[in-house]
Amino acid sequence: MATGQLFSKTTQALFYNYKQLPIQRMLDFDFLCGRETPSVAGIINPGSEGFQKLFFGQEEIAIPVHSAIEAACAAHPTADVFINFASFRSAAASSMAALKQPTIKVVAIIAEGVPESDTKQLIAYAKANNKVVIGPATVGGIQAGAFKIGDTAGTIDNIIHCKLYRPGSVGFVSKSGGMSNELYNTIARVTDGIYEGIAIGGDVFPGSTLSDHVLRFNNIPQVKMMVVLGELGGRDEYSLVEALKQGKINIPVVAWVSGTCARLFKSEVQFGHAGAKSGGEMESAQAKNQALRDAGAVVPTSYEAFEGAIKETFEKLVEAGKITPVKEVIPPQIPEDLNTAIKSGKVRAPTHIISTISDDRGEEPTYAGVPMSSIVEQGLGVGDVISLLWFKRSLPRYCTRFIEICIMLCADHGPCVSGAHNTIVTARAGKDLVSSLVSGLLTIGPRFGGAIDDAARYFKDAYDRNLTPYEFVESMKKKGIRVPGIGHRIKRGDNRDKRVELLQHFARANFPSVKYMEYAVQVETYTLSKANNLVLNVDGAIGSLFLDLLAGSGMFTKQEIDEVVGIGYLNGLFVLARSIGLIGHTFDQKRLKQPLYRHPWEDVLYTK
Amino acid sequence: MARKKIREYDSKRLLKENLKILAGIDLQIRVAQVTQSIDFTELTNKEPWLSSTKLVVKLDMLFGKRGKSGLVEMGGCKALITTFIVKPFVPHDKEYYLSIVSKRLGCTISFLECGGIEIEENWDKTIFLPTEKPMNLEACAPLIAKLPLREKIGDFIMGVFSIFQDLDFSFLEINPFTMVNGEPYLLDMRGEFDDTAAFKNFKKWGDIEFPLPFGRVLSPTKSFIHSLDEKTSASLKFTVLNPKGRIWTMVARGGASVIYANTVGDLGYESELDNYAEYSRAPNEDEVLQYARVVINCATTDLDRCKRAFLIGGGIANFTDVATTFNGIIRALKEKESKLKEARMHLYVCRDGPNYRTSLAKMRALGEVLEIPIEVYGPEATMIGNCKQAIDCIMSGA
Repeated sequence: MATGQLFSKTTQALFYNYKQLPIQRMLDFDFLCGRETPSVAGIINPGSEGFQKLFFGQEEIAIPVHSAIEAACAAHPTADVFINFASFRSAAASSMAALKQPTIKVVAIIAEGVPESDTKQLIAYAKANNKVVIGPATVGGIQAGAFKIGDTAGTIDNIIHCKLYRPGSVGFVSKSGGMSNELYNTIARVTDGIYEGIAIGGDVFPGSTLSDHVLRFNNIPQVKMMVVLGELGGRDEYSLVEALKQGKINIPVVAWVSGTCARLFKSEVQFGHAGAKSGGEMESAQAKNQALRDAGAVVPTSYEAFEGAIKETFEKLVEAGKITPVKEVIPPQIPEDLNTAIKSGKVRAPTHIISTISDDRGEEPTYAGVPMSSIVEQGLGVGDVISLLWFKRSLPRYCTRFIEICIMLCADHGPCVSGAHNTIVTARAGKDLVSSLVSGLLTIGPRFGGAIDDAARYFKDAYDRNLTPYEFVESMKKKGIRVPGIGHRIKRGDNRDKRVELLQHFARANFPSVKYMEYAVQVETYTLSKANNLVLNVDGAIGSLFLDLLAGSGMFTKQEIDEVVGIGYLNGLFVLARSIGLIGHTFDQKRLKQPLYRHPWEDVLYTK
Repeated sequence: MARKKIREYDSKRLLKENLKILAGIDLQIRVAQVTQSIDFTELTNKEPWLSSTKLVVKLDMLFGKRGKSGLVEMGGCKALITTFIVKPFVPHDKEYYLSIVSKRLGCTISFLECGGIEIEENWDKTIFLPTEKPMNLEACAPLIAKLPLREKIGDFIMGVFSIFQDLDFSFLEINPFTMVNGEPYLLDMRGEFDDTAAFKNFKKWGDIEFPLPFGRVLSPTKSFIHSLDEKTSASLKFTVLNPKGRIWTMVARGGASVIYANTVGDLGYESELDNYAEYSRAPNEDEVLQYARVVINCATTDLDRCKRAFLIGGGIANFTDVATTFNGIIRALKEKESKLKEARMHLYVCRDGPNYRTSLAKMRALGEVLEIPIEVYGPEATMIGNCKQAIDCIMSGA
């Protein structure tokens, strides 16, 4: 592999498998470093196209999203780094596809769990085509002041703290991403900072090894010393030992191999017969540390002494005049994200919407505080749900049963009423379900379906003002208003509406009080004396009984009752109920495959 | 590491099945597996040769050198033998050795004309096949050049290699095989799979078992954490080292947790280090809660009158949200308040990363509310300093 710099201040990358946070972090780092252009040129998200909005400094920018790797590479030919955030299932395939693109030189694979055989293929291909694979199972790497991969080095605070926004003189490479971060801090404390740091990842076969990067750093003139953090297991460190012995590395290397505690794992006895000759002892941290020491690396006696060793090595270089002092800059301020500021309590932002009837934020959605599961477990019905969502309280069963009866009775009234007619015409025009439904619902108002609401309103007003039935009816007559809830085309005093009887019967058996209904019956008695068809109809029955439900349940204050009637809850009940029928009519017409409806000329009076 | 050993029975079974499919070679091997729950009548019905031939019974517990050691107890490790492999006794004279090992840049294939337990002394016939080169007669020529049964053995080696790749073996050793009636006959075999390939190969592998290495039995705690780990994209690990130790750790990130363990060891207090535990790759609050519960449970059993120390922390997180994980830990600490007090637990918390400030503040507040000594540090302290404090704590005042 060898050669030198992989990244620069103008490096452009493609990001595979959209993840907002790491991309935003990369862009924040870009801004911090004073880069003119963001490092992410394009995003690849299989199955989507369009743009993602992200911040570059204070401004929002739109980064194009492509659904395929080839398209992205064609659209962004100067992007030569491919950052792969795909899961372990698809990471290998997508990484290979990226390597095959002529514009891509470096592929970083974040996923952990890529099968070894796939990684070997990637390694072989990269080797044959002079490309570089970093990872898998890595957080990535960073070149100070120039470019960083994904989540490397963590938050902006940490990056500022470690001065990673400007290049120092240390080249760093390790297996672990987490420990890299610790060491960036250590190195920032005791040297002039990182020039470049790479985490090769924790897999058995890394795409590029510790020594690959060490040899590469060796060719970068700005790197004056190296820090290497190895781990027990594997033999990667030995290639570094070899390189040192062969004199290939001409700058100081401070190294430590962690994992000396492994001897504590008593039960992990290795019974492997070495068909592979992988000597257990050689892969231990102690052996590797000794080998590195013998080959000329600076190896401390413990991790604790690592910082001291790095410091000492750096200071020697300074004394020898090999370090040009870094030009310190003050990085620009990166505004904090709104949601982080809110989380940490720095700002408070007003909400724009208030909602009180349901909550979907918890384990399961709740209706007026009652969890969905208990609604089903207790065998509650639609009436109970309406009670919770419309009235925000759990009404007694007789109330919710009554609501259900009303819905059932109002569900449909045949194809000829305005609502159904509209729905039928719309369905026959080939429109979709929702359009057909809404078309019918739109006829509901003062003349169709609104009678329940009006009946309740007028009966309540009359009763509460202590009007006698006579006074009430006559005053309506004077105003020229038909008494809502009274009158039927067919039903007579001696041929009552069965629905009305059912409702009255239910109410008498279950409601604590039926005073409004009895008032309505008194009104009916009076109106029947005027004409035989002025019976209490279903709208009147429901309207008056609803008032009884509100007043008799003892669960509403007078104000609340006024409010329910004033807002027009009964309208809602009718709309809800009738939707059942209207949807039925829509399905009916569609099943029947009826053609477009045209009203017959004969049925129209054309006139001027 | 994702290399999991499999039982000899499974290696042989898979090899036999797949050699037929991939290379048209019909391996004349016969094996049966005997475990505690086996029904012998059923088994003999399925495998009639069991009652008609002379048999060899061996332990199938994932260790080699069986001939040399011959004992159940090895290297201070005792455990129950649960599985045996039974095969027909085959008298033979010539033995051959074959092994294939997956390496970073390719595979090493070793073949020798002698087998048995003295194999280590005879390493000369090994070829290295780079990943990009195909396996063919030309490639394995150096291994079998002078052999009389060159063709058969060559085909066998190539067949085994193609299965090695197809099934994602990381290691395979046949020590030895022999030739019976001119066909290869396996006597002894060991294999290891790359278990990260499970999602690709589960059909081919069938109902394969990855037994734990000999001597390792999963305690209920460990199996619980293991099952948590399997279900999440995050990483949760836990191992008890010294059950009598008084320093417990729950540290984020593999690298940092190893360093903590190292440091305690380096400071000379290895024997006091109770456990190795790490969480990383952004587990959510609930996962951390369950994990922390279990760790705290472990840390508060076997009470003595002495002080104990609990190190919670880690390095500087890259992307794990410290607030989320700490919320989970805080909930667990609240739940286990009385246990912690009984165990005279002192907590040392050190962490940095996204949202660390509020998290550390919450921890401090928690300490006051629960009246448990909790010392809290951010980036201004070193992980190592915490270790020293923990040690000082347990060593002072019994």
